[in-house]
Amino acid sequence: MARRILPGFPLALGITLVYVSIIVVLPLGALVFKAASLGFEDYWRIVSSPRAVASYRVTALSALAATVFNLVFGMALAWVLVRYRFPGRRFIDALVDLPFALPTAVAGIALTTLFAENGWFGQALAQAGIKVAYTPLGIMVAMAFTSLPFIVRTVQPVLEDLDPALEEAAQTLGGSDRSIFLRVILPLLAPALLAGLSLSFARSLGEFGAIIFIAGNQPMSTEITALLAFIRLEEYDYQAAAAIASVLLITAFLMLAITNILQARALRYTARG
Amino acid sequence: MSNSVKGRPSRVGDAPAFRRALIGIVLTLVAIVIVAPLVVIGYQAFSQGIAVYAAAIAHPDTLHAIGLTVVTALIAVPINTAFGVAAAWAITKFDFRGRRFLLVVIEIPFSISPIVAGVAYLFVYGLQGLFGPALEQADIKILFALPGIVLASMFVTAPFVARELIPLMQAQGRDLEEAATSLGASGWRTFFSVTLPNIRWALLYGVVLCNARVMGEFGAVSVVSGNIRGQTNTLPLHIELLYHDYQTAGAFAAASILALLAVVTLVAKVLLERQGAGRARRRPALAAPVAAPKTASAEVPS
Repeated sequence: MARRILPGFPLALGITLVYVSIIVVLPLGALVFKAASLGFEDYWRIVSSPRAVASYRVTALSALAATVFNLVFGMALAWVLVRYRFPGRRFIDALVDLPFALPTAVAGIALTTLFAENGWFGQALAQAGIKVAYTPLGIMVAMAFTSLPFIVRTVQPVLEDLDPALEEAAQTLGGSDRSIFLRVILPLLAPALLAGLSLSFARSLGEFGAIIFIAGNQPMSTEITALLAFIRLEEYDYQAAAAIASVLLITAFLMLAITNILQARALRYTARG
Repeated sequence: MSNSVKGRPSRVGDAPAFRRALIGIVLTLVAIVIVAPLVVIGYQAFSQGIAVYAAAIAHPDTLHAIGLTVVTALIAVPINTAFGVAAAWAITKFDFRGRRFLLVVIEIPFSISPIVAGVAYLFVYGLQGLFGPALEQADIKILFALPGIVLASMFVTAPFVARELIPLMQAQGRDLEEAATSLGASGWRTFFSVTLPNIRWALLYGVVLCNARVMGEFGAVSVVSGNIRGQTNTLPLHIELLYHDYQTAGAFAAASILALLAVVTLVAKVLLERQGAGRARRRPALAAPVAAPKTASAEVPS
């Protein structure tokens, strides 16, 4: 018996390979080629320059802060949507995806307007002595907004499928809500949470559109790595742009590998549960 | 207020005070984080009255940006859809070496900063890139023109249709298609009368999300478009230009169009999810499903 019963394999695979090669592999290959043609010393000098290192720091720290915020808020949001019934629940559920649907430039100018010193939130925060727009805090706000849905959408299905019997068993054994949450529910959610965290963090590291409006973009303090690559390009310093972009590319591949491992584990875990 | 079933102990976190407090906190944060940005767009767009809003939209540069954005989507989305269907057909209906690897490659654009994508395209088609000099000689313009914008848009949205179809078609198996072909139907007939009816909602779902991303893409397009006002400015780029020109009302008027698109996309998403679309990848295990095909997780025996 032939292994391929259905027709269309050469055509479908052919289209797929051509598309993937031209659209995805060729450009990334060209970027790697350009960065590699620099030679190690030049490459290292560019990627370890103080301005580049400062950009890694502010990008990574803001992404971390945004992810921690989303961990708490996303978890609470998923919990409220799955476990409680209240008017408007489905509306809120649909709204959760807005950060994915709203173009980043639009999100950027909206958040900047809200958090600028004369903005709705900025005014109130300024009285408390907190400046958001044009500071690293603004970068965090933009990152938190654009990556919010990841944790909600990874935790939500696991929370929905959680077997009530587990909680009931823990309750009959006299566990308090707090200890049941920490010792029964949270461990079951952990794989999904981790997968959501890595997606959220990876997205924050690469975000550009929403951030550049609110960040202030001062070298050494509020300049993210993606912007530095963009600036080098506008200065016609193509080698530096290639080198900085390659750092983002390598980071993205690392995050992709981590995410895949975490998601595979999350799947195994829930399939077993 | 408690809605626990009578006779059953209430579940963790169902204490009325805790429940009310948590809902209150979460709704407040949703209002601040998600609703406020949407409201401020509308507020700013109409802050100087409807006449200014209409004039901003009707400005030739804005109209041109809208046109360019629509044309880009009209080219990129159908090509992307054809690719997504072909990829899903190859990956789910056949076994071949490197299938998992191919899946990972398709997913790559999701993980990559749009700026990196833009820079990468520069090193293919730019003057300092692989094909740049040859293209210059042949007088073919890719960068800083429509083709570059379309290519960059196709990069960032490459996985959109495929990732909706692959988990679904994986779960549906090959039996129906195999039955159809064994009864003598041609490949195309099998696809159009057997496969397509089963995947139409998921397909439309992927197309809707793909379109939203193409029309809203900023980073990748801003690198390859050259930002020429009235020529290669898509709507998101035009918003940036107006905003930095301190034409706030104009920027928000243009932004309101994209915000409206986002809202329409969300509504379409909810409607399509009611038809079952998006369910096959409820867990965003983007590259995992081939290894562990899952229908509904509740049915997985423990």
